[in-house]
Amino acid sequence: MFDNASAPANSTKAPDLQIRAINNLHYIRSTMERAGSFTAVPGWGNVGIGAVALLAAGLAARQADHLSWLLVWLGAATLAFPIGLTTMHRKARTINLSLVSGVGRKFMLSLCPPMLAGIPLTLVFYRFGAVESLPGLWLLLYGTGIVTAGAFSIRIIPIMGLSFMLLGCLAFIVPLSWGDILMALGFGGLHLVFGTIIARRYGG
Amino acid sequence: MAKQSALRKSPSAGSTEKQTAEGVLSVIRGLGAKGDKGLDRLIHERMRLGIVSALAINESLTFGDLKEILETTDGNLSVHARKLEEAEYIKCIKYFDGRVPKTEFRLTPTGQQALERYLNHMETLAKAMKS
Repeated sequence: MFDNASAPANSTKAPDLQIRAINNLHYIRSTMERAGSFTAVPGWGNVGIGAVALLAAGLAARQADHLSWLLVWLGAATLAFPIGLTTMHRKARTINLSLVSGVGRKFMLSLCPPMLAGIPLTLVFYRFGAVESLPGLWLLLYGTGIVTAGAFSIRIIPIMGLSFMLLGCLAFIVPLSWGDILMALGFGGLHLVFGTIIARRYGG
Repeated sequence: MAKQSALRKSPSAGSTEKQTAEGVLSVIRGLGAKGDKGLDRLIHERMRLGIVSALAINESLTFGDLKEILETTDGNLSVHARKLEEAEYIKCIKYFDGRVPKTEFRLTPTGQQALERYLNHMETLAKAMKS
């Protein structure tokens, strides 16, 4: 008699406990995501981007006019973008990290705006005949994105961003003809060096 | 006929629900029976669970970091952090960064074990629903 009377109460109590358990697990996971660093920066992806940039620098240096020079670098950026995004997505998936929520979202929202700002500024610089100043602009904006996103990531990322920013500032100081060398050093060299370090120390 | 099959279906659905509920309750009873200490009430509280979870994936976090992560007030965080410190789940380190006093928290091995035990309990409960 006692068992029969207590059964309905137990039936409602148990699912409640289960729902609370699942909620608690979600809460632990979301807290850990908020408290964690974004560790899905792809080391090998950076190496790939670096290789593309070195090839582009060699090709761009041989161009006779500004438009074809610009097209070479825009082509390189179009090729590098999916390399970065695909390798980052793959690394994030292997460590069960989302790019659209938690710390991944913060990382992406910090990384993208300076890079998007580069699109209209590139058009403006081209329109006003300041194409030779573009390497400085690109290096500076890319570095800014990496530094701000690096606030949510491992310590090496802001250092990488600062290196890009320094090269960007240097590009505005040195003779404009050095543009391709600085682009090769920045988008090529820095990606290769930091990409290799990240790949070796932070799992790919 | 349709009414009959509905009548037949209804008791079996009820018994499945009852079986699931009983399964979960047996899991809860079992949690305390296998030499475990049962559900850890200290970190079952949301804020304290948040503090321990955040510290589990960071070597250390400052008072400010924890306040931002858990979106809470100074007073609330202080109260719950003190309780965890008294239980030796976390360690509190006070120091000066120049002239600014800083408070840093670290998870102790006891706290780490408590979180692992709590996670196991929650996972067992959640799995009981699926089975």
